[in-house]
Amino acid sequence: MSVFAALNGRAKLLLTLFVLGLAAAPLAADRYLVSVLILIFYFAYLGQAWNIMMGFAGQLSLGHSLYVGLGAYIAAALWTKFGIGPWAGMFAGMAIAMAFGAAIGWLGFRFGIAGVYFALLTIAFAEFTRIAFDHMDWTGRAGGLFLPVRAEQAGQWWNLRGGPLLFYYLALALMLGALWLCAALRASRLGHYWLAVREDEAAARALGIDAFAVKMQAVLISSAMAAIGGTFYAFYYNNLFPAQIFDMSRSIEMILAPIVGGLGTLFGPILGAFILTPLGEGLIAATEEAGLSAPGTKAVFYGLALMAIVWVAPSGVWPWLRRKLGLETP
Amino acid sequence: MSRFLEVAHVTKRFRGLTAVDDVSFGLDKGAIYAIIGPNGAGKTTLFNLLAGVYAPDAGSIAFEGKPIAGLAPEKICQAGIARTFQIVRPFPGLSVLENAKIGALLRHRDPLDAEQAAGETLRRLDLWDKRRQLAASLTLPDRKRLEMARALATEPKLLLLDEVMAGLRPTETDRIVSILKALAAESGLTVLLIEHVMRAVMALAERILVLHHGAAIAEGEPATVVRDPLVLECYLGAEALE
Repeated sequence: MSVFAALNGRAKLLLTLFVLGLAAAPLAADRYLVSVLILIFYFAYLGQAWNIMMGFAGQLSLGHSLYVGLGAYIAAALWTKFGIGPWAGMFAGMAIAMAFGAAIGWLGFRFGIAGVYFALLTIAFAEFTRIAFDHMDWTGRAGGLFLPVRAEQAGQWWNLRGGPLLFYYLALALMLGALWLCAALRASRLGHYWLAVREDEAAARALGIDAFAVKMQAVLISSAMAAIGGTFYAFYYNNLFPAQIFDMSRSIEMILAPIVGGLGTLFGPILGAFILTPLGEGLIAATEEAGLSAPGTKAVFYGLALMAIVWVAPSGVWPWLRRKLGLETP
Repeated sequence: MSRFLEVAHVTKRFRGLTAVDDVSFGLDKGAIYAIIGPNGAGKTTLFNLLAGVYAPDAGSIAFEGKPIAGLAPEKICQAGIARTFQIVRPFPGLSVLENAKIGALLRHRDPLDAEQAAGETLRRLDLWDKRRQLAASLTLPDRKRLEMARALATEPKLLLLDEVMAGLRPTETDRIVSILKALAAESGLTVLLIEHVMRAVMALAERILVLHHGAAIAEGEPATVVRDPLVLECYLGAEALE
């Protein structure tokens, strides 16, 4: 709670209204709007996970779909093959995602593979995992893994079997939990050390900071969080395809919200998701309405909108909005 | 009894170039010691050997009786040796206070304690009024003092200063000299500085080591060293005597 106490009065009020508003939203929102909000929360959550790596510790990962995919596939496979519930499955997925994260981090940080080369390493791991899953019989190869939806399991919320409202509140809890976790981390000793390493690694080491250890902690926390997102994804959509979940475009999609919202900020990933997801969904609706069925129309508009936002607010929308709203702590 | 810092026969080569050639010197606790020499004499390389950036090819370095040559930079700092960089490297995107706080977190694990300790250090270095500014927005004299503040915030026993006075006006140099003198007098801090500004060296240093082409050519008290014919020829020139 000390994180909340550090905010100024107006920020406390706005954050409270924001949380209460979202908690009450399903009362007024229709099914479509609920599904869009779930998507927003999901991307805000993953954006927070990625932001720890890039925004805090300054390590560019373009392969976060790897951790999401592992969290999704492992929990889903344990459920469909052995009937092991998603909570246990989630921890298994986290453990394996963290093991992959540790391997990537160790290779990158131990051997000084930094910057874009580190990003390439993360892409490589995500890609070869995708190819491996494309050929693994156990998880249904490229044909996909499907989670059965059985009538007798309906309402088993503890097994993540339920309707949109269950997933709505789950996604909301994930997003708010990640916000709290990131705020606590940012204020901690480790959070300060991440920023130091991001700003200047040699100077950070000269101040007694074990750069290798703090970067490893960033990748471990970030990969574990992404894996939880994956478990959520698997039980929400009930189908998984390696070509979708491990694809590089998924990794890119994940990093847009924090970039647009503001890298390294606490609220940036959330704001970014609230801007980009409705924009994407709105463009789908608008292009259908206008009868523009040419494939890629949405992507073109989306790209243009993204360029416009980055042009107007290069350090993210949140730092600008925070000033406008008077939320800066004195 | 071994000395506070004991550098014995240290050599560092880069390919064919011997940057530091069989240099030995020692420091006692509480001393202010200066290393001078022309550009390219190996001063910064010697510093980087002490700070753990490089491991020496030969020789040994002992701090408080323990060998430290070849340790990683963070281990050296944890052992109690902090350094500044010749080209200042504050964390540009963070505030002045956060810069100092990151240094203070080494000995104060709780962020609130660290912030308090960082505040004290900033007051000492006349940066308290600028604590909310981004480090990137500071002027050069302020950045130089922030570099010192951040190193001091780690509460070192030995402070290595790499040309902190370079590029400063005489009033700024005098300000740093008086801050260092006060620190050494009050806290018993030991200081090893590389410096070109002879005005500061003469005001501060109790002993001087002169490097030339990587080798130590003179060592001793300032008044004696600056009259050494070899030093005059290699580095200072006759005008230093004025």
